[in-house]
Amino acid sequence: MGVGIEVVSLNAWYGTNHTLQDIHLNMPANHATALIGPSGCGKSTFVRCLNRMHETNPIARVTGTVRIGDLDIYKDAKPVEIRRRVGMVFQRPNPFPTMSIYDNVAAGLKLNGYSNRRALDEIVERSLKNSALWDEVKDDLKKKSGASLSGGQQQRLCIARALAVDPEVLLMDEPASALDPVSTSKIEDLIFQLKSQYTIVIVTHNMQQAARVAEKTGFFLNGRMVEFDSTHKIFTNPSDKRTEDYITGRFG
Amino acid sequence: MRALTDGAASALAVLSTVLVVAPLVAIFIYLVYKGGSSLNWAFFTKNPAPVGEEGGGMANAILGSGILLAIASLIGVPIGIGGGIFLAEFGRGTKLAGAVRFTADVLNGVPSIVMGLAAYALIVVPLGHFSAFAGGVALGIMMIPTVCRTTEEMLLMVPHSVREAALALGVPNWRSVLSITVKTASPGIITGCMLAFARVAGETAPLIFTALGNSNWSTDLNGPISALPLQIYVYALSPYDEWHRLAWAGALVLIVLIVLAVSLVRFVTSRGVLKGAS
Repeated sequence: MGVGIEVVSLNAWYGTNHTLQDIHLNMPANHATALIGPSGCGKSTFVRCLNRMHETNPIARVTGTVRIGDLDIYKDAKPVEIRRRVGMVFQRPNPFPTMSIYDNVAAGLKLNGYSNRRALDEIVERSLKNSALWDEVKDDLKKKSGASLSGGQQQRLCIARALAVDPEVLLMDEPASALDPVSTSKIEDLIFQLKSQYTIVIVTHNMQQAARVAEKTGFFLNGRMVEFDSTHKIFTNPSDKRTEDYITGRFG
Repeated sequence: MRALTDGAASALAVLSTVLVVAPLVAIFIYLVYKGGSSLNWAFFTKNPAPVGEEGGGMANAILGSGILLAIASLIGVPIGIGGGIFLAEFGRGTKLAGAVRFTADVLNGVPSIVMGLAAYALIVVPLGHFSAFAGGVALGIMMIPTVCRTTEEMLLMVPHSVREAALALGVPNWRSVLSITVKTASPGIITGCMLAFARVAGETAPLIFTALGNSNWSTDLNGPISALPLQIYVYALSPYDEWHRLAWAGALVLIVLIVLAVSLVRFVTSRGVLKGAS
């Protein structure tokens, strides 16, 4: 089951660059939240703060509070524990090139010392079914490398890999921006189904995509969150002039 | 005009390819011509015959080279790979890493005879006798810089996105480095190890003051041992035609054995590589 995410006065820096300024946000459990905004507005940095990937860059720094469920992720837990509860899918598909399809999906569990073969088989099958890839790969699970799949398949493989560790939240950083329209619509269908089990946060440049998959939408600009509301409201009747300018294509 | 340029560039590429391959082929043909006739069963089963006696072989030298290279690999490969992992993953940007990198580069440039002298001073003199162990150490130290720097370069070539993928799954950094990054880079790392291995397999100078050479069958790590390059060196300098032929045959065997060893490692490590894996 998904859990809600509560962000209170979050600030983030890269070196001296103050990339996120005083973000407050509540994302409901088992819903999809879309984050939109022009390039460099801080939306990617924001999702990377939600699983503490931001701090893997040595010059990065974060202050503020992020609660995922009832866990204060910057106080109560280590980064590796957070990342098992908060899965992430990146912009470019990044399967492990030397691993088979099966091992890619099982990687998160295997590398953390999980070795029950039968349970792994089941988890791999369930994860690949959940990411709508099972039927396409079930015959070459251990024969083919993850890198041999097409771009769209690789991205669904990466989603399966993230799902296999049974997270509560799934972060998606422009998951379809490197894919063709057919693959994109598959990923969007998938997001729709996954909402019932996970809380989803999706960064996107594609406003139609945000409108299609998300109940809530946040608009970021220059490191601040300008507006956060129901997707319907943001796209039909935004309260901030800057949001309106952005979604009507006047800039960005 | 464009077709002409294209044709010229292709011709140059083909010519270069021929020039790259030609020396190896020429050497190989010459070795077969000069030494092929001395290759017989005795060459692989008998020890060198005393002066004036017919026959004899290089069985002890082949075994000695095997032992020396085993010791060298046991020292050079783990230390080199460990150093490379440190340089690329854990020590990036630190002063220590800079110092290690500089040392490795200097070590790579040290003439092999100096390496032999160092092993002589540090191992042979304190122990009071020449030994296979000292020879293996000298060769092993020579392997370290090549293995270390290749490992570093291959690890740095692993895309950042692959490391991020592992970290985002909640895999601890050390685990991600060992199980993901090193594994992804392993074909290149293995190539580096094989290059280092092949290079020291033919080294003579570092063995002169360390392994010394031995005309008898010996597996004693603590005593002098023969090696193919040493035996070739001794025979080539001798005044006897028979020994000259044996030296040519020894050189041929040395090259073939290196090719076999490298091919074997490639074959073993390429099994289990999946379809489509880069």
